[in-house]
Amino acid sequence: MDAVMKPELVCPAGSPRALDVALEAGADAVYLGLRDATNARNFAGLNFSPAELKVAVQQAHRLSRKVLMAINTQALASDPAGWFRAVDAAADADVDALIVADVAVMAYAKRHHPDLRLHLSVQGSATNHEAIALYHERYGIQRAVLPRVLTLSQVAHVIRQSPVEIEVFGFGSLCVMVEGRCALSSYATGCSPNNAGVCSPAEAVRWEEQGGRVDARLGGVLIDRYGPGEHRAYPTLCKGRFDVAGQLDHALEEPTSLNTLDVLPELIQAGVSAIKIEGRQRSAAYIGQVTKVWRQAIDQAMAGLDRFQVAPVWRQTLERVSEGRQTTLGALSRPWQ
Amino acid sequence: MKPDHDMSLSLTIGPVQYHWGRDALLQFYADVADSTARDVVIGEVVCSRRRDMKPADWVAIAAELTQAGKQVWLGTLALIETEAELRAVRQAVERGDVQIEANDAAAVRLAWHAGRPWSIGTHVNVYSSEALAEYRDMGATRWLAPVELDLAGVRTVAAAHRDAIAVEVMAFGRLPLALSARCFTARHHNLQKDQCGFICRDDPDGCTVKSQEGQVFLALNGIQTQSGAVQCLVHHLPALCAAGVNALRLSPCSQDFREVMAVYEALVVGDLAAQEAERVLRGLRLPGPLADGFATAREPGMNWSMA
Repeated sequence: MDAVMKPELVCPAGSPRALDVALEAGADAVYLGLRDATNARNFAGLNFSPAELKVAVQQAHRLSRKVLMAINTQALASDPAGWFRAVDAAADADVDALIVADVAVMAYAKRHHPDLRLHLSVQGSATNHEAIALYHERYGIQRAVLPRVLTLSQVAHVIRQSPVEIEVFGFGSLCVMVEGRCALSSYATGCSPNNAGVCSPAEAVRWEEQGGRVDARLGGVLIDRYGPGEHRAYPTLCKGRFDVAGQLDHALEEPTSLNTLDVLPELIQAGVSAIKIEGRQRSAAYIGQVTKVWRQAIDQAMAGLDRFQVAPVWRQTLERVSEGRQTTLGALSRPWQ
Repeated sequence: MKPDHDMSLSLTIGPVQYHWGRDALLQFYADVADSTARDVVIGEVVCSRRRDMKPADWVAIAAELTQAGKQVWLGTLALIETEAELRAVRQAVERGDVQIEANDAAAVRLAWHAGRPWSIGTHVNVYSSEALAEYRDMGATRWLAPVELDLAGVRTVAAAHRDAIAVEVMAFGRLPLALSARCFTARHHNLQKDQCGFICRDDPDGCTVKSQEGQVFLALNGIQTQSGAVQCLVHHLPALCAAGVNALRLSPCSQDFREVMAVYEALVVGDLAAQEAERVLRGLRLPGPLADGFATAREPGMNWSMA
């Protein structure tokens, strides 16, 4: 067996408190964003001011860890300068890399901060090595985060052919659609990941209770309807129950989270450079628990891939914090293929 | 009747998003050849398993449409996951007999290196003038705006690129909203993706998804999720012209599309008023209700401004 590379564990931080917890729990790198529409978790009460960003980077660097900053929405026609200022703020704070999705932002970063390392965000929507090569060749990106739509063997193929490092999602809320090219949320609410850094935003959600029945609406559209005692999920619009030709079902996806622990040895064997945990919008407690599990799992896998076993307590911990309290391998393993 | 706008708008027929089969497609393109559309985008852009039409068949259709005076573009597959899919796109670009409309970054890179004019498809994200400048620098000469970009946004993006980039917006049809690895049509029928039996043939306009209250919401079209509503920008001609839009894209539907083309033809030359165009469209067998929310900033795309 060839020597394998130990993947970097990349954990989310939606706040300075979450950053502390992620570093404490063993994250190799933490990713975060500014408190505005320049990143894809533009939620009220979340994220960092430029001053907090500087402190965060100093704190991580003292521990020899990294800070990756997401500027991963599309710079909008009305004010692209806001995105360019975010790039300047990142360079000023000495972040270890920018996570970017828009060619306008990449071009600006390359022109004005040529030494700043660039990672292609999952919102950059590159699903194959030729796509990754475009961003590498033209903008010098050094890592790409893959959309959650590829099989394990497709991921391995991309890694073999890619000119840059590959990062994959390990755990967290699951996008069933190709990231970066989904306008479902703006269709129902006017706001989407690309144009506002949000999906199915809370402002557009309405819960209506009537006689024990609960309706979950998004932009007025009934996304799901729950009976008494039924476990309710946040009305992310691709995870609702709809009527398709008279059949009531989760027409697109069920409320569920991605969990790739079961294939961790295969991912490492394939040569992934980094494993990302989703959830900047989640609590510090979530980030602490999930980071601890993944720290242990990666360390144990590196001690011997053949001997790796998923500890029951890891699985329980992750399932407890999962959407709909269930997990899936997503597109990596496709029982539906 | 005199049009109250600059009459420079042309029509583009978008690629057929559905699995219509060979005969239906040949008939369809015969109708398109007879239309006044200036540009036609052909090719399979949704699912690589739909193989009724071989690359040579598309080239033949392109030749016939060119003969009929149309400018023809070949749309590339929006979601490229396998080496075989990538190879097909690479071959299409390298052959060079039809200009490319790129629907992902792989196709962009290939088209850029081929050094021939190409078109930016709706799945390539352009939300700012600076982003459009990047693709222009890579040789793009045409841009189909993202579905969710409002007309004021289109105006701002396009302003600095007048005369260099032809600007197009989705003016009619169910909108492509999302792509996934999984085939939702097969999922609905409890079929494996690889043994789908090409069941999406039964849905020539996609399979409508309704809320539990019966509201038409989305449409399943294989790995693509579309709007349930039909985009209709007939009331926005002045704003389209002000935005510097050069072409209106009509996305094909399975019934009455000849009539749809005729409505938009009459509209852009000023022979039909917007209200009248809407009235005629409402009398046709369209797959869903009308919507134009995306024309306005931060408005849900499913909304209808005249409601």
